[in-house]
Amino acid sequence: MALLETQGIAKTYRLGDIAVNALRDVSLSIGKGEFMAIMGPSGSGKSTFMNVLGCLDKPTEGRYMLEGVDVAHMSRDELATIRNKKLGFVFQGFNLLSRTSALENVELPLLYDGLSAKERRQRAASALAVVGLAGREGHHPNQLSGGQQQRVAIARALVNSAPIILADEPTGNLDTRTSVEIMELFVKLNEESNITIILVTHEKDIAAFSRRRIFFRDGVVVSDETVR
Amino acid sequence: MIMINIPSTFKISFRALRVNKMRSALTTLGIIIGVGAVITMLAVGKGASQKISEFISSIGSNILMVFPGATTAGGVRMGAGTQSTLTLGDAEAIQRESPAVSDVAPVLGGVAQVVYGNQNWSTGVTGTTSAMFTGRDWQVATGRQFNEQDVSSAAKVCLLGQTVVDNLFGGIDPVGQVVRIRNVPFVVIGVLEGKGQSPSGQDQDDVVYIPITTAQKKLFGTAFPGMIRMMYVKAKSTEDLSSAEKQINELLRQRHHIGQKQDNDFTVRNLTQILQASEQSAKMMTLLLGAIASVSLLVGGIGIMNIMLVSVTERTREIGIRMAVGAKTWDIRLQFIIEALILSMIGGVAGIVLGVSSSQIISMIFGWPTIISAVSIVLAFGFSGVVGIFFGFYPAYKASLLDPIEALRYE
Repeated sequence: MALLETQGIAKTYRLGDIAVNALRDVSLSIGKGEFMAIMGPSGSGKSTFMNVLGCLDKPTEGRYMLEGVDVAHMSRDELATIRNKKLGFVFQGFNLLSRTSALENVELPLLYDGLSAKERRQRAASALAVVGLAGREGHHPNQLSGGQQQRVAIARALVNSAPIILADEPTGNLDTRTSVEIMELFVKLNEESNITIILVTHEKDIAAFSRRRIFFRDGVVVSDETVR
Repeated sequence: MIMINIPSTFKISFRALRVNKMRSALTTLGIIIGVGAVITMLAVGKGASQKISEFISSIGSNILMVFPGATTAGGVRMGAGTQSTLTLGDAEAIQRESPAVSDVAPVLGGVAQVVYGNQNWSTGVTGTTSAMFTGRDWQVATGRQFNEQDVSSAAKVCLLGQTVVDNLFGGIDPVGQVVRIRNVPFVVIGVLEGKGQSPSGQDQDDVVYIPITTAQKKLFGTAFPGMIRMMYVKAKSTEDLSSAEKQINELLRQRHHIGQKQDNDFTVRNLTQILQASEQSAKMMTLLLGAIASVSLLVGGIGIMNIMLVSVTERTREIGIRMAVGAKTWDIRLQFIIEALILSMIGGVAGIVLGVSSSQIISMIFGWPTIISAVSIVLAFGFSGVVGIFFGFYPAYKASLLDPIEALRYE
């Protein structure tokens, strides 16, 4: 059984009188432990597809099975629980809470899982250690470099032991050297912890770290290639 | 299932409020003023009605006052002498014949100079009987009361109020001393216990009491023998007040030979009723003041709502992040409601401090009595909490409905 499976997903936006088909009949199957890059020009539907995969958006049509459960028509709160337990997010702009320490940022998903303060702190600290930020628990985002901030965000995605990490242009705001470091971290997590990583990027260099590449154009998948 | 981590939510809320210290403080100020105003107004109102209640008990309960004359018939006042129609005989008759009456205290008096040694003091000298004191539960502090003998023999004895004692006798025990009232020597037989000020500011201790008969014969006698100025009548109980009033009317009309169509040549006034009415109006006043003060609390609540709406907009991105990592509808709502609640509760506590201290200041500066009741504090504090939840709910509701994708994109 595939970890993630979309069956004939479509997403239509209405802009005034015009219907925009952001996604059209996308059927994909993603297995456990895959490292996949989603590519395509802007407006191709790759971000919409990520939002659907991330349970942040609901498709207009089709089914989306996550670990065999159809989540396409779940309620807001049910989707929030799925995001909390199954998915980790890494964004281009880091999206950390300012004026909040690295440790507390990483604790955030655990807060909504109802864990005790002590357990939250322990798990957040070990997640920070995994991304190489041990000793920086008390730093606030504005005291950390871009690369470090993105590591905090990755630790936040890891902390709930989610099987899937969704990364939307995770290196878009970083220089080349830092980008490589971040990508190596993803590779390590994928290989050592068997975490499924799905990454949106428009840079070939970044996509090169993945083993499967999907190209979107005008809301449909135009190519799906697996390397190695 | 909603999993809510209250201590952590409180921590988050406190931090959010600390970020905008000035803004939080100003928002809280609205509630502080509201709660403070409610407590102060209730304290002032309660103080006023308490004072009236005290006065009622100081004049004695179930008291009727009977005055002579002062009646008019068809706009024309009755001839001279109609105002001096009450006599000691009337008082005795009421005491004897009205079953609803327990005590009758006749009064005849005036202002006179009281001299002791080289000290003198002008004060109200009142002739009465011992019923005056039993009816009002007024005891002597030292010495003794009038007795039957003093009244029947028109003895030249007197009881002094505390103020008179202070002004005439510097530290000497006045009991047994002789004072002269309009040059008539009187033996001081007792000193009345202090009664303090009446609500109108009159010193109830600036008095000298002498037997009614002595007043008539030695000091304030007129051409009408046995004449008295007025009388206090005490009914047996509150229920007996109206029947006592009726009995007095009938008896006096009969004694004064007043015909069917003639008006009374006396007036019976029910002071207790008048005071109870004013006590009632003081309570209404308290309610009114409290209601007006509540409006300012309401305005404070609107201030909270306003600032919370601004805060939700400013923190759209934060809300998006929280939603992305798994915050559910009620996690978000609760966070903002708790923030509003913290603002209003801090305002509530500070408002109680403000209300209590401003009540004390009002008491001190204006000399108004103020009473801070536990009920008014609990009420104001509880109300501020309700205001926080009520006005915090809409912004919280708005925050919880944000679309996570839109919220994450918000700059």
